[in-house]
Amino acid sequence: MQNPLLVDYVPILIFLVVAAAITIVMIAGSYLLAQQKPDSEKVSAYECGFEAFTDARTKFDVRFYLVAILFIIFDLEVAFLFPWAVSLKDIGLFGFLSMAGFLGVLTVGFVYEWKKGALDWE
Amino acid sequence: MIETIAFYIFSAVLVASAIMVVFSSNAVHSVLFLILAFFNAAGLFILLGAEFVAMILVIVYVGAVAVLFLFVVMMLDINFSELRKGINTYMPFGIFLGIVLFIELVFLVFQGWVAPPSGGPALAAPAPMLTEISNTRALGQLIYTHYLYVFQVAGLILLVAMIGAIVLTLRHRPGVQRQRISVQINRKRSESMVIRQVSSGAGAPKL
Repeated sequence: MQNPLLVDYVPILIFLVVAAAITIVMIAGSYLLAQQKPDSEKVSAYECGFEAFTDARTKFDVRFYLVAILFIIFDLEVAFLFPWAVSLKDIGLFGFLSMAGFLGVLTVGFVYEWKKGALDWE
Repeated sequence: MIETIAFYIFSAVLVASAIMVVFSSNAVHSVLFLILAFFNAAGLFILLGAEFVAMILVIVYVGAVAVLFLFVVMMLDINFSELRKGINTYMPFGIFLGIVLFIELVFLVFQGWVAPPSGGPALAAPAPMLTEISNTRALGQLIYTHYLYVFQVAGLILLVAMIGAIVLTLRHRPGVQRQRISVQINRKRSESMVIRQVSSGAGAPKL
């Protein structure tokens, strides 16, 4: 490994390998060692002791979607802050003002959504 | 050596999970395979040295976009087996798109398209060596200054997305009773209760 970056990731690689190994051992072990005699009652859906009423997939409020999409937008905004914070020493005042403009534009959107009541849960 | 093995494992799992996204019969399973594909793509980015892009892939795509996909999949009350009947009509178009993308990849592999040696006007700086400067810092030195306009346009796109989502989905239900904390706190005793002297045995006076 010549790349110095990848050396930093060796613990994560070890972690991944161990996680994969444990998962495979657990699933394969339960397949190989356990006695499996399925019947129609054992494999049917179990919902707190009563028969399942409906399909699990039902329509639910679009407001969850709105909250999720607003979260993604601010998530992306924060993602832009990371390289800016790391390199602020190199890019100086211009870089600072550039980010200030970016944040200003998004603050306009934030004020809009606050005033519109998109953050309130009825 | 380990790098090569990791590359092939990540790529194989990526391709396999991408295939499972298309072919799994349950749409929720498709989304879960998509998350697996994102994770493997992040692994490939790390092998390339693009640390920041890999982390963004995990944070934004796995943490947010995949959750949004799950919402959409669960919110759409669709019979997926019925939807699947239309597959034959869309199959030729899908195959056509696949072939176009595949030809583009083949061109790329056999050097059909070569970037101009100077890097062209789109390239502000050559990729710095990872030994000198970290990937995130190298990105930060360019995004906010050299690519200022693109960066500001990204902010405007996020603004449009925010306003669009609010305009399209926000509905206020009439007659909803909200808690207004400032009103609660500013309530005076004189507004809400009256003390009356009641003589014993006479009962309450009429209001």
